[in-house]
Amino acid sequence: MKPRWPVLAVNATLAVIAALTLFPLLWMVSASLMAPGEASTFPPPLVPRAPTLANYRELFATVGIGRQVINSLLVSVGATLLSLAFNLAAGYAFAKLRFAGRERLFRTLLGALVIPAQVTMMPLFLMLKHMGLVNSYAGALVPWLASVFGIFLVRQYTLSIPDEIIEAARMDGASEGRIFIAVVLPLLKPVVVTLSVLTFLGAWNDFMWPLIVLSDRDLQTLPVALAGLSREHVQDTELMMAGAVVTVLPVLLLFLALQRHYMRGLLMGSVKG
Amino acid sequence: MKASHAGWLFVAPALAAIAVFFVVPVAAALAMSFTDFDIYALADIDNLRIVGLDNYARLLKTPLFWQALANTFFFVLVGVPLSIAASLAAALLLNSPLARFKAFYRTALFAPVVTTLVAVAVVWRYLLHTRYGLLNHALALIGIDPIDWLGHPQWAMPAIVLLSVWKNFGYNMIILLAGLQAIPKDLYEAASLEGASWWQQLRHVTLPTLAPMLLMVSILTMAAHFQLFAEPYVMTQGGPAQRTVTVLYLMYEEGFKWWSLGSASAVAFVLFLFMFGFTLLQLRVARYRETT
Repeated sequence: MKPRWPVLAVNATLAVIAALTLFPLLWMVSASLMAPGEASTFPPPLVPRAPTLANYRELFATVGIGRQVINSLLVSVGATLLSLAFNLAAGYAFAKLRFAGRERLFRTLLGALVIPAQVTMMPLFLMLKHMGLVNSYAGALVPWLASVFGIFLVRQYTLSIPDEIIEAARMDGASEGRIFIAVVLPLLKPVVVTLSVLTFLGAWNDFMWPLIVLSDRDLQTLPVALAGLSREHVQDTELMMAGAVVTVLPVLLLFLALQRHYMRGLLMGSVKG
Repeated sequence: MKASHAGWLFVAPALAAIAVFFVVPVAAALAMSFTDFDIYALADIDNLRIVGLDNYARLLKTPLFWQALANTFFFVLVGVPLSIAASLAAALLLNSPLARFKAFYRTALFAPVVTTLVAVAVVWRYLLHTRYGLLNHALALIGIDPIDWLGHPQWAMPAIVLLSVWKNFGYNMIILLAGLQAIPKDLYEAASLEGASWWQQLRHVTLPTLAPMLLMVSILTMAAHFQLFAEPYVMTQGGPAQRTVTVLYLMYEEGFKWWSLGSASAVAFVLFLFMFGFTLLQLRVARYRETT
């Protein structure tokens, strides 16, 4: 019989760490349900005395955050669709279609990963200004068109598809485009889901580029608007917590629903990074 | 259509997008960093002058640049080891055969990673409040006086480190957990047979086997830490006493507050050089350790 205290120690430590980790998120929800000013009383309360949705009502009715929720949705869905369109085709080609210079090109792309995206922001801003795309959804979407990471993810997954399936379709006289759409794409469904979740979450949570390119509040995404609001409403703890909940909850729920796919993307992206 | 043509056709859209919106801007940023591109050039490009290395030279003479560099280094050198230590500890706990409810704990500890940084930074700003913040309230219970986390020059960056560790440790935890699960069981059995304690097994079996993964994780984590921006933007606006101005924060202010896009490009390239240099350094150290 093994001693019981290690079991207890391991599980108690895990429970404490989990409680500490979840605490800020639980407090965020709790404070968002408090009456205005309640969070700034001493001693600071953990739960609302009388839970109210007043902060959410003010957030949507007075502040008009609904507009930014829609902006965030449009930008994130747009980013996801664009990323799928560009990266699926390229990732498949890098895995399965032979063409001159393929390996060298792929290595060059991976090498480009060492350059931080922020380097591009100044010229990109000027470029978009020239094109009249500053303060437009299109401007916010530009960095999501194609990504080295997305291509890499799709390529790694596609490598696991047997060549015979593609060869057989080719023997039957199917065109390359038809092979990709009718034969390969259905097999790529798992990586489609993975890339979609990663892109959607990435675009939803993105901050610096939308902050630069979307100065018009009516076009701003939730994080940009929330950062602005939190500067104007420093004292309104409860209102800001409602804003944080509205921003965090959609992605948290999406993650919980598609956790398996998200984790696979995370591991694929890093194991051979 | 031949497969080789098809290959190029399939990669062409992605390559074009990367060329136009990444490669060209990187080259343009380098070129811009040698110009005095400012608000006058923004209005009329004829006002643009080539100034060689002046932007870089001026940066070296700007105290705020050195402050930003020091702040960023503090965040990297303190934040990265803490973050990886937290990830490793959590991964070891989750990998323990004694742990129950592993799926739940894994999700709970990972949850902060998927949350929106700006939103949780706002939440933490209140948790760190000197008077009404729950962190100081908890510290008071064990007899520690209130700390002015975000208002005191000495505490602001440590507070951001704290938020960052909380937000990010779950990410590397998942990667390291996968690494731990891949370590062959018989290595541990052999070690047990020789009477190795838990600690000895950790030092002589787990960590050496995990070393390549730890190296990769620390390189990626370091690159991410060099890019600190949103936390100071939301929580401290660079203050107090400019102690949370980071290199990227400086780039943002130079470029998009003062519209000195030339000088901002120079800042961006300095950041890139540091990130690149530190990555090479880590690889060097790792290779050196391997050979000794």
